[in-house]
Amino acid sequence: MLRFVVQRAVGMVVTMFFVSIMVFAIMELPPGDYADRYAFRKFSGTGVSVTESDIASIRRQFGLDRPAWQRYLSWIGGIVTRFDFGPSFAFETSANRVIGQRAGLTVVLLVGTLLLTYLLSIPIGIYAALRRQSLADYGLTVVSYLGLAIPNFMLALILLYVSVRYFGSTIGGLFSPEFEKAPWSWAKFVDLLRHLFVPAVVLAWSATALQLQTVRATMSDELNKLYVDAARARGLPEWKVIVKYPARLAINPVVSTIGFDVNRIFSELPIVALVLSLPELGELLIKSFLDLDMYVAGAILLMLTAIIVFMNFVSDVVLAFLDPRIKLEGG
Amino acid sequence: MAAAGLPEGPGRSAEELRYYTASQWELVWWRLCRHRAAMAGAFVLALFALLGIFADFVAPYGGTSRDRDYIYGPPQIPRFWDDKGFSFRPFVYALKTERDPVTLRKIAKIDTDTRRYISFFVAGEPYRLFGLVPANTHLFGVEEGRIHLFGTDDLGRDVFSRLMFATGVSLSIGVLGVLLAEGLALVIGGIAGYFGGWIDYAIQRLTEVVRVIPVIPLYMGLAAAFPREWSNIQVYFAMTIILGLVGWPTLARRLRSHLLAQRNEDYVLAARLAGASSAWIIRKHMLPSFTSYIIVDVVISFPYVILSETALSFIGLGLRPPTISWGILLQEAQNVRAIEQAPWLFLPALFVIVAVLAFTVLGDGLRDAADPYAVRKS
Repeated sequence: MLRFVVQRAVGMVVTMFFVSIMVFAIMELPPGDYADRYAFRKFSGTGVSVTESDIASIRRQFGLDRPAWQRYLSWIGGIVTRFDFGPSFAFETSANRVIGQRAGLTVVLLVGTLLLTYLLSIPIGIYAALRRQSLADYGLTVVSYLGLAIPNFMLALILLYVSVRYFGSTIGGLFSPEFEKAPWSWAKFVDLLRHLFVPAVVLAWSATALQLQTVRATMSDELNKLYVDAARARGLPEWKVIVKYPARLAINPVVSTIGFDVNRIFSELPIVALVLSLPELGELLIKSFLDLDMYVAGAILLMLTAIIVFMNFVSDVVLAFLDPRIKLEGG
Repeated sequence: MAAAGLPEGPGRSAEELRYYTASQWELVWWRLCRHRAAMAGAFVLALFALLGIFADFVAPYGGTSRDRDYIYGPPQIPRFWDDKGFSFRPFVYALKTERDPVTLRKIAKIDTDTRRYISFFVAGEPYRLFGLVPANTHLFGVEEGRIHLFGTDDLGRDVFSRLMFATGVSLSIGVLGVLLAEGLALVIGGIAGYFGGWIDYAIQRLTEVVRVIPVIPLYMGLAAAFPREWSNIQVYFAMTIILGLVGWPTLARRLRSHLLAQRNEDYVLAARLAGASSAWIIRKHMLPSFTSYIIVDVVISFPYVILSETALSFIGLGLRPPTISWGILLQEAQNVRAIEQAPWLFLPALFVIVAVLAFTVLGDGLRDAADPYAVRKS
């Protein structure tokens, strides 16, 4: 077991190494470099004329005149040794400070969304498998089709529209106006939860639709197997037959795709956050790409991917615990 | 069902004979025709494609043509009757401009006394069909005034017309992006699966890295690199390229495992022993075993590409105005105030949802139809 965990952990580090190269390449892609944008941003409109040599000195100051691989090494070195993601020129501070405030909210949203997804999809999927061809089953199929067809940001827009139209309040942002500046209290906490609930539902929507199908399919397969009949024949109560054997197996594919779900959620997060004006990483990512604030963008891309890679690792390990056969195959 | 699998004796009907002598594609086609949802999906997509291809003709107005007297105007629904009686020819009410007594702003009022009859094949704004043939005939229109079936936006542009142009642009981007992704996947997955060894290992690592980075943020990163001064055509093709570049790993991965599995099948060994070359084996023996699979995958990956384009253009990192696409139209519906004031700006969303649903059911139907192990339903 320990060998398996170590093996996967090493694999995680290797993947992250390649990811970091890819992210660095993306940061380098836009035309012009940091010095150009820095100079443009700082001096445009001030009447100061910037010469080529000024930009060159800025370039030297940030070490941008070095070849790409050296810059990559100092960038990744800063992250690994000092946890320093580089400067953010749009906010004229370090990328760490810009991100720090938002990372917590992103993780909270992610955990909330995942919980909601699994709490909904597992029991409902099992139920649908037990009642195949029933009205409830068909209803769920339709819902999950819709779940895949309606893009999440549209769902967010629809919910926003409904809330403005019929409830006269917006659900965007983190707090209602009256709590914005208020000190922390129970009421403020409840208000925060109320605002986080909507993005969590929106993000969980398509993930739930997909997992529901998976759970239902696995469960239906398992229910037809002989061991279920055997358990029944021995006189086990029906709930025990289902919960102890097929239901346990139906959870495996869900566990094995946790990383995939996180990937999906992070993929949709930026746009949903933009629509609902949530101050979290995805929304900042859009802003920083639009401003070409590439150190911030790179840092966020790296963080989101790191979380996904870590969740893949977690799902591998959990799965090995749940289903020992996998360990033997995976080596 | 088991009995239907084997021909027994001479007493077989013509229909049975037809079944047993049908080619693989005929069988797939017959099975697909029986799948009603899939056929409905195919029909809807064909309709969308036609609307997109003939957008200039179907749309009553140009994509940027403005109606200054009807800004944020609600949809005008064609009617056949009102309190003044019935009319075979559908009509909409005329509009008259009045001043708001308080703000003194110009507002459009519906004038229920004047009917504007809808006529078909009317002469209107000139355009070039497919960018070549000059024409000015439009599918429908009104002789006097203007008709806005889906209302107008903040600049008084006709939402229906813009939606037609957007359908063409979004679908064509989807087609190009998917084709590029599939092409890349075939080459890369094919190389990995056929050669195996360290080449396979390197390609596996690469696909893993591309797959692990969240898709939309990755798209955004690539799209952010488009120089601001690029023309719309350049941005359009750049978009299809990045959609293709990010889309290939999933299929490449599946293709590779399929190839690896097939490589050890008896029929491949038999072909090799008979002296066939690698290229011949791949082309003649292995590729046909998953052409149906590739087709299904193409259809299934469409929705993702289309949704990605919509999402990117929606946040301003994809296509840019004056190009019109579904994402760009939805950009106008991005803030709540706009939707509250003009809910019809949301109509393009309906098109996106219907298109994605149609692709999904068609893909499902194709998958069922192309499955060689599906038992014949008799």
